Amino acid sequence: MSTATYAGAVVEVDAEGFLADPAQWTEEMAHEIAAQNGLGELTDRHWQVINFMRDSYLKTGAAPSIRTLGKVSGVPIKELYQLFPKGPAKLAAKIAGIPKPRGCI
Amino acid sequence: MSEAVAFTEPRDAKPAAIEKVSIIISKGSLEGIYPGLIMANGARMEGIETNLFFTFFGMDAISKARHEHVKVAAVGNPALHLATWLGGFPGVATMITHRLAEEMEKLDIPPIPEFVEMISDSGAGLYACKASADLFGMRKDDFIDQVNDIITVGEFYGLAAGGQIIFT
Repeated sequence: MSTATYAGAVVEVDAEGFLADPAQWTEEMAHEIAAQNGLGELTDRHWQVINFMRDSYLKTGAAPSIRTLGKVSGVPIKELYQLFPKGPAKLAAKIAGIPKPRGCI
Repeated sequence: MSEAVAFTEPRDAKPAAIEKVSIIISKGSLEGIYPGLIMANGARMEGIETNLFFTFFGMDAISKARHEHVKVAAVGNPALHLATWLGGFPGVATMITHRLAEEMEKLDIPPIPEFVEMISDSGAGLYACKASADLFGMRKDDFIDQVNDIITVGEFYGLAAGGQIIFT
């Protein structure tokens, strides 16, 4: 496990930069992780997805599938891919400070 | 005397990431269609540019008349470990398909029509094979709205240029 510095704090991350411990995450880190992954300013719609990912993970211990994300988060799949072109579930999880989703769907 | 071949790059060098895939779905049974759809959806989830090309009975996945009625092959499918004579009884294929659908729903795997729509919404291109469409007398209207076009094999290779091709 390596470490990274986000928003001035040193956190443990996996090989792809996902936070190992969601408790270490802060909102300031989200902006920095987003910028490092090619996203510009985070909009309210981005936040709706990020918060949904984080809440689901903290409640269930697993990141939601892209299907659930599209149905329940209030952001439809088309828009999810516009907001996070390099993969909504993966990228939103990274920005939300939760481990990389392991689902195939 | 032979000399050892020198490695031109360090052994731990990471291979380049896949950036584009074109997936061909050629079979019309449930077990013939799902793997290609899962590969396509998974590719888009990783941000990989994706095209789906449906040929022969694989076109059932995008046919308005058939996409809701795709079944598991109950006869001639040794993996089911079911006697062939039993698999041929009316309703057996439907029953097995129904059971499987229930299990898939538990794992959050959508039914084929919803899955195909999801993949289209994710930005993947959906194409029907011209030779197969001609063979079965199918036109653009016979396919679901998400189908971008009916294309030739040559056009498919054009679309697939610069990426990997996966045949299922």
